[in-house]
Amino acid sequence: MTRTVVIDPVTRIEGHAKISLYLGDDGKVADARFHVVEFRGFEKFCVGRTFWEMPGITARVCGICPVSHILASAKAGDDVLGIRIPPRAEKLRRLMNWGQLVQSHALSFFHLSAPDLLLGMDSDPAKRNIMGLIQARPNIARSGIRLREFGQKVIRLLGGRSVHPAWAVPGGVREPLTAEARSQIKRLLPEAFDIAELALDLLKDSYDQFNDEIHNYGDFPSLYMGLVTADGGLEHYDGMLRVVDAEGRILQNAETITYRDFIGEAVEPWSYLKAPYYKPHGYPDGMYRVGPLARLNICDYAGTPRADRELRQFRRHGQRGKPVSGSFHYHYARLIEILFCLEKIEETIEDESLTGSHVRNYAEVNERTGIGVSEAPRGTLFHEYKVDRQGILQSVNMIIATGQNNLAMNKTVQQIARAYIDGETIEEGVLNRIEHGIRLFDPCLSCSTHAVGQMPLHVQLIAPDGAIVDERVRD
Amino acid sequence: MAVITMTINDELVSGVEGQSLLSLIREQGIELPTLCHLEGLEARGGCRLCLVEMQSTQRLLPACTTTAQEGMSIQTHSERLVRYRRMILELLFAERNHVCAVCVMNGRCELQDEAAKIGMDHVRYDYLVPELPMDATHDKFAIDHNRCILCTRCVSVCDSVEGAHTWDVMGRGVNSRVITDLNQPWGSSRSCTSCGKCVQVCPTGALANKGSTVAEMVKRHDFLQWILDGREKKQWVMHNGGSEGRR
Repeated sequence: MTRTVVIDPVTRIEGHAKISLYLGDDGKVADARFHVVEFRGFEKFCVGRTFWEMPGITARVCGICPVSHILASAKAGDDVLGIRIPPRAEKLRRLMNWGQLVQSHALSFFHLSAPDLLLGMDSDPAKRNIMGLIQARPNIARSGIRLREFGQKVIRLLGGRSVHPAWAVPGGVREPLTAEARSQIKRLLPEAFDIAELALDLLKDSYDQFNDEIHNYGDFPSLYMGLVTADGGLEHYDGMLRVVDAEGRILQNAETITYRDFIGEAVEPWSYLKAPYYKPHGYPDGMYRVGPLARLNICDYAGTPRADRELRQFRRHGQRGKPVSGSFHYHYARLIEILFCLEKIEETIEDESLTGSHVRNYAEVNERTGIGVSEAPRGTLFHEYKVDRQGILQSVNMIIATGQNNLAMNKTVQQIARAYIDGETIEEGVLNRIEHGIRLFDPCLSCSTHAVGQMPLHVQLIAPDGAIVDERVRD
Repeated sequence: MAVITMTINDELVSGVEGQSLLSLIREQGIELPTLCHLEGLEARGGCRLCLVEMQSTQRLLPACTTTAQEGMSIQTHSERLVRYRRMILELLFAERNHVCAVCVMNGRCELQDEAAKIGMDHVRYDYLVPELPMDATHDKFAIDHNRCILCTRCVSVCDSVEGAHTWDVMGRGVNSRVITDLNQPWGSSRSCTSCGKCVQVCPTGALANKGSTVAEMVKRHDFLQWILDGREKKQWVMHNGGSEGRR
């Protein structure tokens, strides 16, 4: 008998989603789907507004990574104005982006994933959360919170607040960095470095316990996409858009504005999440991954000493010089990026010219289309606006990082379900493993976490005729 | 000038004959909210936030358009008045699309200020969510009808201070809309002198400098008294140091 298992909601991710597992007659998993069940409508209701307002509006897409949207939106706005922003403004935008990557990656690793990694995938679900982690490993939980606080502080010192700062705008940024803020960031850096190193040690020390997981949690060949610097280094703000295949061959190294030439968007009826794919390979074969794992796979080098050292170790997880294909290594990649961002912040903050006052250029609408691309913590983010002569938006298209991992997340869920589900009974821990497969990608489905306290879970076994055979609800 | 005496909130006060109730109330240091009234512009009694209770009658009277008279006794903050004021503010929010978080005037908006002061934490009425356009055809300014509360300060300042009468109101009731000339795009208005007075007196984010980003717009009202003093008294004195004067 064919059955369906539904995990709803998926917890410890940012947003609202559910997972359906379709079991075949043999009790094995026939198919699995990751559904995003919320609808936001930003691309529709922004039409009619001016593009100047867009950084402020699109920041509201997300409370975890508002900075990514602010930057992609401001860059699309720069493009509409058709101007170069002051070099100082670009440095400051980069600085905020690194702060954002640190805080978001720290949240993903310590708050959302560490409960599974340190307490165990099958441990008591009532304690398998950040509160349980605080009880069991208070120092580690505290470190995670401190590291996230550092990233938030960088954002706040630049933009006046850590969530939805109205700071980066078309033409540059609104306020320069103050001398006091600059020295505050310098003072806080040593502790942040210590915590990043601690996290790397923790993860690497625990690798032996996760031999099964490493091979079953989304380990498959795919394409990888992200930004690189002009000479192929790790990049998060600007640069070239690179696509690399499973063998490590560079398929594209293109100007970001040409993304439409090789990225298509498919829509599935069972999810509000779009499914972008690499056009030359078609749908769904053009599946590609974005985010920390992809960025480390596509770049030739990181560009900072400590991160480059880690990157060399990271690459040993790939087979014979190929890209690292196991999604479990997203965790590792995320921590390397934290280290990279801290090193970049350390390097940039020494620049005396950061505190100067010229941070914004002005112009009228010069171009009717604006494209802004940047690397959000979860992957490449695209904002594309079409405006009329007055700057009123005629159309808005956003390709969110998480959407680009849609196909890979589905595949990961399938792989884990096939590896751990066999027969009639489904242990709670198995469902958590499937959820962890999603957490690897740190999907940001909207703007909220519901991680604290108990884990609500709704599992339904549904017969082909739609009748509910069995049901388990925990709330 | 004859002196009058009257009672405000059970206190005896004295004022000048012909003075408006609103000005007499504010002289006593009592805060009375207004959204359509602005010192220097003709009182209109449109927003109804300055309604007061008069002991001699059941009717509520707008303080801005009522003249203070000998022997009057009024209440400015009875339970009923505060309830009505909150209701009026909620209705204003329900009528159009006021999305404070992403408004160019967030943090400096008079409508938002009044709602916060009165403790309005939610709107009990269904939002009308009308589909309203923005007009950004003017070189320097833009109007966002979503944020307009029809206070008509723009109409008044353009007519009585600038003398251009570019702005007016069309339609009736909830369908009213401020318009430039005979409902033409602002950028093609032949009467507009681009002086920006309308933008400065607008209490919300409806009128703003073009290119303003979220929470960036700052408005100043002090030019109004400067012009009027100069015109009427031939005196040019900036009263509050030229800083951000909003009311």
